[in-house]
Amino acid sequence: MSAAMDTESTYSGYSHYSGHSKKAHRQGRDRHKSPRSKDGSRSEKSVTIQTPPAEPLLGNDASRAEEGQDDNWGETTTAITGTSEHSISQEDIARISKDLEDSVGLDCKRYLGLTVAAVLGLLVFLTPIAFILLPQILWRDDLEPCGTVCEGLFISVAFKLLILLIGTWALFFRQPKADLPRVFVFRALLLVLIFLFVFSYWLFYGVRILDSKDTNYQGIVQYAVSLVDALLFIHYLAIVLLELRQLQPTFALKVVRSTDGESRYYSLGHLSIQRAALVVLENYYRDFTVYNPALLTASKSRAAKHMAGLKVYNVDGPGNNASGQSRAMIAAAARRRDSSHNELYYEEADHERRVRKRRARLVVAVEEAFTHIKRLQAEEQQKAPAEMMDPREAAQAIFPSMARALQKYLRTTRQQQYHSMESILQHLSFCITNNMTPKAFLERYLSPGPTLQYDRDRWFSKQWTLVSEEAVTSGLQDGVVFVLKCLDFSLVVNVKKIPFIKLSEEFIDPKSHKFVLRLQSETSV
Amino acid sequence: SYLISFSFQQRIEIHKLRQGDNLILGFSIGGGIDQDPTQNPFSEDKTDKGIYVTRVTEGGPAEVAGLQIGDKIMQVNGWDMTMVTHDQARKRLTKRNEEVVRLLVTRKSLQKAVQQSMMS
Repeated sequence: MSAAMDTESTYSGYSHYSGHSKKAHRQGRDRHKSPRSKDGSRSEKSVTIQTPPAEPLLGNDASRAEEGQDDNWGETTTAITGTSEHSISQEDIARISKDLEDSVGLDCKRYLGLTVAAVLGLLVFLTPIAFILLPQILWRDDLEPCGTVCEGLFISVAFKLLILLIGTWALFFRQPKADLPRVFVFRALLLVLIFLFVFSYWLFYGVRILDSKDTNYQGIVQYAVSLVDALLFIHYLAIVLLELRQLQPTFALKVVRSTDGESRYYSLGHLSIQRAALVVLENYYRDFTVYNPALLTASKSRAAKHMAGLKVYNVDGPGNNASGQSRAMIAAAARRRDSSHNELYYEEADHERRVRKRRARLVVAVEEAFTHIKRLQAEEQQKAPAEMMDPREAAQAIFPSMARALQKYLRTTRQQQYHSMESILQHLSFCITNNMTPKAFLERYLSPGPTLQYDRDRWFSKQWTLVSEEAVTSGLQDGVVFVLKCLDFSLVVNVKKIPFIKLSEEFIDPKSHKFVLRLQSETSV
Repeated sequence: SYLISFSFQQRIEIHKLRQGDNLILGFSIGGGIDQDPTQNPFSEDKTDKGIYVTRVTEGGPAEVAGLQIGDKIMQVNGWDMTMVTHDQARKRLTKRNEEVVRLLVTRKSLQKAVQQSMMS
């Protein structure tokens, strides 16, 4: 365990966490990891009082909230093992500690980078202007008169600087949407290149022009123009390196969630590992269904049963023969007549049937409720055509008729945590306002949706850690594997190269599609 | 005895019969350079794209004039019919201002050879 954590701390983003929170975070992860080893010995019956949702699901259940919670929880939590219990409470502590140090540690690094870039940009922008103005200021009388050529060059300098300004603003001054552990290699390279470039120009200018007080003003202005031209080309280089190079898809990334095996493929171009991780995470919130710990309880209880069945007694005397013990356990487990596959089959079939039945009841209840609304609307129109029913009132009017069916369905599919009464009412009035059908209203509840659809409190995944054997600023290669960890689960990413495609051509003569139809007709005359 | 097959040409004059607005001849033709010659049951040579008589109506003007089924029409009123399309053949036979059509047809015939014994 310690070795794994050392690897993480070297390559992932721990370096920018401040001291005290690092310790708290480590403690959190220690506490998170340790109960796993004791999983098998824990009893299966443990009633957990989880952090309650924003509002109880049904209004009329609020009065008996405490007893109601126990009753409801008895139905759904057949086995809450130690891991989930600890991870919930641990997440709260981790969340609090991270909120504190978020505001201090990360901003420093981000702002440092920004200020350096801004200062350099300002310097670069003012350099050509300085080149042109300094001779005028310092030795105006000695300068040769320049006339129309110089004025033309002034105009071109002005416009090129304007274009450069707009281009830089468009390319670089964007809201950063993420905070990455290491610095962007290409951006840093470009900044260094610009710095060296401007520095060499200033050096030349200082030595050859300022010191010797050159009188050929046209030459000086052309020198400034060449600087601006070169800056525009560097800007072009920046576009190609930062934006265009990764557009062509070269790699296919397979992302698998560790807890339930949900997987997706994404196409990317040449990116560094940290940027690829960023793309994966952005798409994770949109594509993957929300992580629901309640769905994992069944497999955990089965795993616990496997482990809990056997205990090893060492009869021969002291001496910890670990490998011998595990071999004995495996042999005994194989010999035991295991009917757990049978249980699994019938359990799943039963669950499937129950879900379908409740879904049918739900759909019917919602359809009836919506027709009731239509009827009400028609009545209101007849009575007082100017008066429209408030969608919120309409929603509250029909909610009780379908609330029970909806609650039962959500409980069966273990989604009741993600929807509070207030959110359901809001969604209902939203659907009524937009004239949606019952099926459109139910779309949100019938199957779990992507993480973005739900309240931020229910996400279980806001802080991510990138774990990788290679350096995170190195580019993607075929066969690279990296892991994106958050507190409860992790996303394992496998990189595969899109194969080189050999496409050849085959010409088909259009005449080969022509046929002559010969008839045999008979005409009577 | 032997069966000898040979073809001979015959001139046939058909007087068209008026039926309502039409003048009919009383037989059906098949064949033509735009048709499939292999499907012609009457031709000896299956690449022959000529016009053949495929049916003769009973009691019609063609039967009265002596036209028989399987005849190949070589000429109609002097117009050649060996290298025409099916539709051109139909048009040549059904001209509205002609009451009489003179056909030159070729017929295959089977005749029993004269027995040697009859000579002696």
